[in-house]
Amino acid sequence: MMQSNLPAPSQLPARIVVEDLNAYFGGAHALHHITAQIPDKKLTAIIGPSGCGKSTFLRCLNRMHELVAGARVSGRVVMDDIDIYDKRVDPVRLRRRVGMVFQKPNPFPTMSIRENVLAGLTLNGIRPKDADAIVQHTLERVALWTEVKDKLHNSGTSLSGGQQQRLCIARVLAVQPSVILLDEPCSALDPIATARIEELFAELKNEYTLVMVTHNMQQAARVSDYTAFFYMGDLVELDTTQRIFTNPKVSKTEEYVTGRFG
Amino acid sequence: MASRHTSKVYEQELRTLRERLLLMGSLAEEMIQKSMRALKSRDAQLAMETRRVDRHINRLECEVDEMCLRVLATRQPVASDLRFITTALKIVTDLERIGDMGVNICERVLELCDDSPLPETVDLSTLANDSLSVLHEALDALVSRDTERANRILARDDTIDEQYTRVFQQVLSMMSRDPNTIYRATRIQSIAKYLERIGDHAMNIAETVIFLVSGTDVRHENRMSKSGIDSIPPVSIENAPPDGQKRH
Repeated sequence: MMQSNLPAPSQLPARIVVEDLNAYFGGAHALHHITAQIPDKKLTAIIGPSGCGKSTFLRCLNRMHELVAGARVSGRVVMDDIDIYDKRVDPVRLRRRVGMVFQKPNPFPTMSIRENVLAGLTLNGIRPKDADAIVQHTLERVALWTEVKDKLHNSGTSLSGGQQQRLCIARVLAVQPSVILLDEPCSALDPIATARIEELFAELKNEYTLVMVTHNMQQAARVSDYTAFFYMGDLVELDTTQRIFTNPKVSKTEEYVTGRFG
Repeated sequence: MASRHTSKVYEQELRTLRERLLLMGSLAEEMIQKSMRALKSRDAQLAMETRRVDRHINRLECEVDEMCLRVLATRQPVASDLRFITTALKIVTDLERIGDMGVNICERVLELCDDSPLPETVDLSTLANDSLSVLHEALDALVSRDTERANRILARDDTIDEQYTRVFQQVLSMMSRDPNTIYRATRIQSIAKYLERIGDHAMNIAETVIFLVSGTDVRHENRMSKSGIDSIPPVSIENAPPDGQKRH
């Protein structure tokens, strides 16, 4: 929620420190020398017109960018004093710590609701002894338990769009991440389902660091504490959401949020 | 705001809103000018005509309010657009109140028309000129989005207050010397108060212009610090007086 009197992002403990980050798709230079601090246990929204690099930036935070053929990265992304691009870092283990929720709810279609919740663990070869407790706890955490507790063995795709997205968030939570990346998580949902997910973010940010790409500026203004504006591969401005939506410092940000371009 | 909105309709809505607001401002200014002219020449016809301008101002107030609500509901404005809409809602109230002051001046003029003017010892002209001048300047600062100009207006508040106090003392002194002047003197004192209030509304508009342009809220900074209100502790729920016991 847009809060007044939040300090500047650089004045808070950072969960992620990005230093001179550059991202490329083959010869195309998609992100230019990005330096930013993502505050711990806050929701930071990433806004900007299509093609500005916001999703690329998000995917650089859990090394998903490099999964694209020809894609590469330079610079540092530091979490807990470790550069996630260090050769010793296992990207698969990293992605357990930095979970991701996508635009379209994507429960595994062949798995039940219960299996979907546990998928992050089982696909990594982990067979938790307290699986039932994990399923209940994470589904309660995403406010889905009472709706699905009697049909845990039904397919995940049998749920509504909003429920499926909450199931996907539960799947991320089950592996106990510290950061959750959200790539337009509500763009495929109706307003009521969106409101429920936004309500969930307000709770989750007490325990997790959330970074959300969104095209919906009202959503960024409603749910985020900090907002970063990207334009043509540059980070133009990162400040409190209140500042960005009431009196941004950079005129380009002002033009974008007021709808004067983009 | 160098560039235009992608939505031309939105751009037009904001332009229309701005034009309505400025029309209201010019009508309010015209009302005060004409009402003071009516006072000077004891022109009942002019006072009655001027009084009617307020209906137009009131209509514009409703229109601007409605337009602001519509933009808020349909466009969800942010940044400078949001500041413009919220300041328009405030300025419109100040302008409507100035219109009401114009009506009040006209009514006092009509009450005074049948009597001979008071002796020259009561001088309203300086107060009237200054109040009109700050109103004019505030509207110009709004048009040109000029914070320096708005700041200069705020510095003139004390002068207007002093002029009102001087008129008030002249009126008191005249009434004590000659009780026959009481009816007219109290009317003149009322007009002086209306002019002083118009100055206050112009100050509000100037403060609003500063917020509109820079996003800085300067309200109460000047007046509260001068009057020592800063030193009064805020009333919290715990130390608030019980119901029915107001603090004085």
